[in-house]
Amino acid sequence: MANKRIDEPTGTETVGHEWDGIEELNTPLPRWWLYTFYATIAFAAVYVVLYPAWPMIDRATGGTLGWSSRGQLAAEMRAADAARAGIRAEIAATPIEALPANPQLMQAAVAGGAAAFKVNCAACHGAGAAGAPGYPNLNDDDWLWGGTLSDIQTTITHGVRWDAAPETRINLMPAFDGMLDSAELDAIAGHVLSLNGKGKPSAAGAQLYADNCAACHGPGGGGMAAMGVPALNDAIWLFGGSAADIKRQVGNPRHGVMPAWKDRLDPVTIKMLAAFVHSRGGGQGPAPAAAAAAPQAPAPDVASAKKAESDG
Amino acid sequence: MADSDQLERPAPDARPQRDWAAALGTQAGTARKAIEPDLLRTDLYVKGKTVHNKRIDGPLRRFKWAVMLVTLTIYYALPWIRWDRGPYAPDQAVLVDLAGRRFYMFDIEIWPHEFYFVAGLLIMAGIGLFLVTSAVGRAWCGYACPQTVWTDVFQHVDRFFDGDRNARMKLDAAPWTAAKTVRRLAKWSVYLAIAFWTGGAWIMYFADAPTLTRDFWSGEAAPVAYATVAVLTGTTFWLGGFMREQVCIYMCPWPRIQTAMLDEKSLIVTYKDWRGEERGSLKKAAKHPERYGDCIDCQLCVAVCPTGVDIRNGQQIGCITCGLCIDACDRVMREVGRPRGLIDYATLEQCEAEAAGAPAQPAWKALLRFRTLVYLGVWSAIGAGLLFALGTRAHTGLTVAQDRNPPFMLLKDGSVRNAYTLRLRNMEARPRAMTLALEGLPAGAVMWTEAVSLENAARAQSVTVPANATQVLRAYVMLPPGSHADGFAFRLTSDDEQGETARVETTFAMPGDDQ
Repeated sequence: MANKRIDEPTGTETVGHEWDGIEELNTPLPRWWLYTFYATIAFAAVYVVLYPAWPMIDRATGGTLGWSSRGQLAAEMRAADAARAGIRAEIAATPIEALPANPQLMQAAVAGGAAAFKVNCAACHGAGAAGAPGYPNLNDDDWLWGGTLSDIQTTITHGVRWDAAPETRINLMPAFDGMLDSAELDAIAGHVLSLNGKGKPSAAGAQLYADNCAACHGPGGGGMAAMGVPALNDAIWLFGGSAADIKRQVGNPRHGVMPAWKDRLDPVTIKMLAAFVHSRGGGQGPAPAAAAAAPQAPAPDVASAKKAESDG
Repeated sequence: MADSDQLERPAPDARPQRDWAAALGTQAGTARKAIEPDLLRTDLYVKGKTVHNKRIDGPLRRFKWAVMLVTLTIYYALPWIRWDRGPYAPDQAVLVDLAGRRFYMFDIEIWPHEFYFVAGLLIMAGIGLFLVTSAVGRAWCGYACPQTVWTDVFQHVDRFFDGDRNARMKLDAAPWTAAKTVRRLAKWSVYLAIAFWTGGAWIMYFADAPTLTRDFWSGEAAPVAYATVAVLTGTTFWLGGFMREQVCIYMCPWPRIQTAMLDEKSLIVTYKDWRGEERGSLKKAAKHPERYGDCIDCQLCVAVCPTGVDIRNGQQIGCITCGLCIDACDRVMREVGRPRGLIDYATLEQCEAEAAGAPAQPAWKALLRFRTLVYLGVWSAIGAGLLFALGTRAHTGLTVAQDRNPPFMLLKDGSVRNAYTLRLRNMEARPRAMTLALEGLPAGAVMWTEAVSLENAARAQSVTVPANATQVLRAYVMLPPGSHADGFAFRLTSDDEQGETARVETTFAMPGDDQ
C-alpha cells in the first residue's frame, strides 16, 4: 500500500492500489454526505437506548421509553375510546325510543352500530345485512320478533332460543313428520303457498291447515309477532319459498338460534346495533314519524356546517 | 462549487464576448480556457463569500422598494382582510381551508371537485413566468421573487446594524470581540424575528387569522401550525440571512430554465463594452483620451450588486437583473459628465446594433415581440376560460350511489325496494330548499328518505340542503308488485330564482336481474 501518490492531472491522492494499471483516486466524500452519515450514527446510538433494539434470548432490549407496538395500539384504542366516551354516555342515557328524536345522536348510533355489525353480526346476517336461508334478512319489512327499536334491542340483548339467557326469544314449531303423511304435508304446503296467491289451494289442505297450523300462524297465515310466529302470507321465506321447502319445514322444522349478546357486548353497543338494524330500511314503529318530525337541522354556523358531509 | 470562484474573478480577457452562446452561458466564454487547469485543482469545498452590497439610490432602487412594499404588504396583510359571506361561511377574504376542503378568494369559492381551477391558476402562473421572461427577462428574479425580496430585507438589516459595505467587510474580518458578538447576536435576533413573522404569516392563510393568532399564543393551535412556523422560520432565517445569492446560483432551478429561455431579443442588464472599454481611471483617460472608454473602472457596479457579480463580464446566472448596477453606473456617469446608460436594460440584438452605430432604443420596444404576444394570448385564453367556467358553474350538484349489497330488497307484499345514497350539493352560502324527484319509473313507484317517512312516500319530496355543504341522503325507491323498471333518474331542482337542476341516471335492480 505504499504506492500512494498524487495523481498529476487531477491533483488528487490515489488510494494506493493498482490492478493492471488501473488506479483509484481517493476522492473525498461530499461533506454534506459525510455529515449526514455521522448524523445517522448519532441517531442510531440514541435510538438503541430509547427504543427496543438488541435481540436477546427471548425478546429484544426494552428501551428506556418503554415503547412497544402493542402498547402503541393499546394507547390508540384508549384514545379512540376516550374520544367516543362522550357520545356513548349520551347514547347510554337516552332511551332507545328517544334516539330518532335526536338526529345527531341517531346518526352516531347508526355509524357505531354499522361498525359493530361488521365485527359481530355479518358472519351470519351478511355484510349487507341481507341474511341467507335460515338467517333473517334485516333490510326488509318482515320481522319475526318485532321491528321497532326496542323490539330489536331486546332480540339482540337476549338472543333467540339461547338457553343460557332466561329472557331469550323462544318458540318451537312441532315436527309434523310422522303425525302427517307425505300427501298431507304436500297439501299443507300447497295451502300455505295459496295464502300468498301462489300454489294450488285444496279443501284437504285448508282443512289440515285449520286443524294443525291456524292456532299459531292464524287462519289467514298472518302469523303472531308477539310469539315470533312467522307470517305465511307474505313474499318472504326464511327457509325457502318453494313447495318442497315448505313441506320440509313443516315436516322437520329448523329453528334459528342467535346468541344473547348481553354477555358479549355492552348495552351501548347493543343499542347502537339496534339503531343500525332499524335504519336499514325496514324499521317499524314510532321511529319513522319521529324522524320525519325532526328537522334536517341546517347548520346554524360555520363550525357545524363543516360537520355536514362536505366533500364534493 | 468552482463557479463561485469564477464569479469573483475578473476574466483574463475582460472584454466580454459578443458571441451569444457564450454570453448566455454561465461565464464569459474565453475565460473558461484560461481557468480550466486551475479549476481542476480547486478544493472541493469552496467557501461561500459573503456579499456586502453597497447602498445605492436611483430610480430602479426606488422601484425595488415599491415592489418590496407591495409584495410584503400583500403577504403579511392579505389573510387579515375580512370579507362578509353571510353567517354560513368564513369571513376571511383569502382562506385555504384544508380541513373544510374549501378555497376562499374574495367572492370565489373553490370546492374540491373544482380543483381544475387551481390547476388552471398554476398553469397560468407557469405560463406567466414564461410571459414575463419573454417580455422583461428575469424581472421575477430581480424584483418579485421571495428569495430576492427577503434577501433585500436582510441586507438592509445588515446595513442597519453593521453599516455600509466597507464597515461590514471590516467587521467580518475583525476578531470576535465582545462588541462584535453582541452586534451579531442583535442582528441575528432581528433576522429571527423577521423569519418568525414570515413563518407566522404563512399559516394565517390556512385558518381564521385572529382565532389562529389567539390559539397560537395560548398553545392551543394544531401541532402542524407550530411545525409549519418552525420550518418556515428556519428556512427564512437560513436562506434569507445566510444563503442569499447562493440559493439563486446553486439551488434554484429557475435561473437555469431562464438561461434556456433567453435569446438575443430578451431584455437583460448589459454592459455596453464598445462604449466602456478600455477601462481606465479619469486620470489615465485624461492623458490618453483616444485609448480609454467611458468605464472608469470604479467597481461601483460590483459593489452594489446584491449577488456580487461583475456585470461587465457579460450575462451570467448570478445576475438577477435587479438593475442596481444601472443606478450605480448612471450616477457615476452623471458625476463624471458622461451620458448615462453604460450599463442598461437592453437586448443583445440592440447591443449589436448600437455597437454598429445605431441609436439607443427605449427599453419598452423590446416588449413587443411575437413570442411575447403568443404567451400573452395563451395566458389570457386560459384566464378567460377559467373566468367563463367560474361564471357559468352550477351551484347545485347531485351524485347517486346505488346500494350493491343487497342490490334489491323484496318486501312482504312483493314490492321491490332499492336503496341509494345521494349527495345533494349546495354551493351557496345559504340553506336552500330543493326538490328531489324520480323520473321515468312506472306508476306506483315511490321514494322515501330519512327526511320523509314511508307513510309520506311520493315521487318527489322537498329537502333543505344546509348552506355551503353536501348533504348525504339515503333514499329508498319502491316499485309495487308486478311492475318493472330498468333505468330511471333522480332530478334535483333548487326551489329558488336560480332554478338550477342536476339530473343523474341510475338503475333499478329487480329479483332475477342477475340470473
